[in-house]
Amino acid sequence: MTAPVLEVSDLRVRLRTPRGPADVVNGLSYTVGPGETVAVVGESGSGKSVSVLALLGLLPARVATVSGRALLQGEDLLTMKPERLRQVRGPGAGMVFQDPMTSLNPVLTIGRQLIEGIRAHGDVDKAAARRRAADLLGEVGLPDPERALDRYPHELSGGMRQRVVIAIALSNSPALLIADEATTALDVTVQAQIIDLVEKLQAERGTGVIWITHDLGVVAGIADRVLVMYGGRCVEDGTVDDVLERPAHPYTRGLLGALPDLAEPVDGVVPDLATVPGTPPPPTDLPKGCVFWPRCPVRGDARCEHEQPPLAVIGSAAATLPHRAATWCTEGPEGGRAG
Amino acid sequence: MSDDVLVRARGLEVHFPVRGQGLRRKQAGVLRAVDGVDLDILRGETLGLVGESGCGKSTLGNALLRLIPSTGGTIDFAGTDITSLSGRGLRELRRRAGMVFQDPFASLDPRRTVAQTVSEPLEVHGLRSGRSERAQRVGELLELVGLDPAVAGRYPHEFSGGQRQRVGIARALAGEPDFLVCDEAIASLDVSVQAQVLNLLRGLQRQLGLTLLFISHDLSAVRHISDRIAVMYLGRVVEIGPAAAVGTDPQMPYTQALLSAVPLPHPALERQRKRIVLRGDVPSPSAVPSGCRFRTRCPYVFEPCDDVDPALQPAGAPGQLAACHLHGVVGTPATAPDGVTAQP
Repeated sequence: MTAPVLEVSDLRVRLRTPRGPADVVNGLSYTVGPGETVAVVGESGSGKSVSVLALLGLLPARVATVSGRALLQGEDLLTMKPERLRQVRGPGAGMVFQDPMTSLNPVLTIGRQLIEGIRAHGDVDKAAARRRAADLLGEVGLPDPERALDRYPHELSGGMRQRVVIAIALSNSPALLIADEATTALDVTVQAQIIDLVEKLQAERGTGVIWITHDLGVVAGIADRVLVMYGGRCVEDGTVDDVLERPAHPYTRGLLGALPDLAEPVDGVVPDLATVPGTPPPPTDLPKGCVFWPRCPVRGDARCEHEQPPLAVIGSAAATLPHRAATWCTEGPEGGRAG
Repeated sequence: MSDDVLVRARGLEVHFPVRGQGLRRKQAGVLRAVDGVDLDILRGETLGLVGESGCGKSTLGNALLRLIPSTGGTIDFAGTDITSLSGRGLRELRRRAGMVFQDPFASLDPRRTVAQTVSEPLEVHGLRSGRSERAQRVGELLELVGLDPAVAGRYPHEFSGGQRQRVGIARALAGEPDFLVCDEAIASLDVSVQAQVLNLLRGLQRQLGLTLLFISHDLSAVRHISDRIAVMYLGRVVEIGPAAAVGTDPQMPYTQALLSAVPLPHPALERQRKRIVLRGDVPSPSAVPSGCRFRTRCPYVFEPCDDVDPALQPAGAPGQLAACHLHGVVGTPATAPDGVTAQP
């Protein structure tokens, strides 16, 4: 078996807020293999973005306390010196953010922003860096890359801008690509183009990808493995088929039930969508027991309120990618047993 | 005009002048946000309006409510021509046709309590005379949208996004409207909250006999809530029909591509699904292609597409219309840039 690109264990992030300490990420562990796509899903406030910002040291040290371990190709990102971290961002891990308008500098040309990254991490002269930048833009499907280098972000459409951001993230052939809601602001047809592009580049280069999204449809299309986050914890993980087709955690089930499904045939009366009542708990005041307990439709076990359920294997433990869920709930529609 | 059509648009146009770069900012062109829309919205139905950003769907929704002026065509509301309504007539339209906006954070005044926000339409339209009667009505409206009437004294910042959207809906319902336009009303909400608001809108529609225009880029949500779906591309409705038909068997190549690009939460299905990936970007609405406006990206483009602007024609299921020459060449020959009709 090949060594994982990223190995995160027991990642915790605590933020200082005016309302007291907020536990935004509470013991997150996962690995990303070469060429593998791990999708992190959850609603706003579940801690999915903060968990990756913490990995790359992008949280302000004054307010954030990060603990745990995050080995990127064997090196711990969390204890790394700032100089080393700066070297790693780029060739080690590239990041694509949600909004391409705010992640590009509006007063610099596309070319300058690309060449800056290329020259920061490699000993290349200007002309060679420019050639490489044009190649990259061509690779991500920008028409007329040579001319695009001299354009400003506002001259491009949203989809084209996001391609530029991806080109920047890929400019140093990172081992790991982190996409944080990278296609959320885009139209579905453009989203399809971007996803195709990332999958193609991933297949060519064997990049490991962390894809953060709230869109379970996107997850079904791109992920090998899924991690469902709620209240800063991983409440369920497993292969994409296990999690989406045989969800074990009541929260995952609620999320899937709340989704209008285009694949479902309509005849006669369309039933109402299932909803998850209530709102997620504030990270400053997480429930003592199961994080989902206050909203759970099937709670009943005495332990739900007081005891935190561990992430336990469901079904076959021998599977290469076990399906795990953190719940005391022992019965499901599929008859699966947790515990 | 038949009684079952509540809102009717014919040849509706909303064109914006594009100013040049020069000192005098002379008009350099025309941006055709809405460019000849024919649309009937039936009484009591939910019509979903989908399309990608920039296709003119929000502009159309605003124009139908006379929130922005149209530059051509006509709009009828309940049998009355409202295209150039003003004064008292326009105020009555404001009561009878409401709007739910996208962003529940921006569309509520942060300095007004929920009660003040929801009771303003009651005052403006003189619907409840006394203060206590208005307070009672506000309570009823809040209850109707699933909020505790006791929250009336609170300010918007004390609510979550979903709750704020409920306040926005209560405000839109205060005038007892016949027609409600929901412009991306669920776009900024989390999945589980989206479901709550979708259920609420469906329930209200049935309970109050409302006519809804549900504008969204989310095809799954639109198909869930709508009786019929209209698809817009570059300022024009290019396909319309029963939700089941448009959602499963679209007849216009653009709708087919749009549907195939919607990711579905089923891994096995996703793996075997063939996606129609369109070439390039949507052309600018200030340089609309001649003939069929979709021809620059259409995988099936053929001869008449360059010259003939396709009209909506029956295709597929009963009641389904598509603007596409694949179903027979019907439409107006392309006009020359100076506005002179070319010879067919």
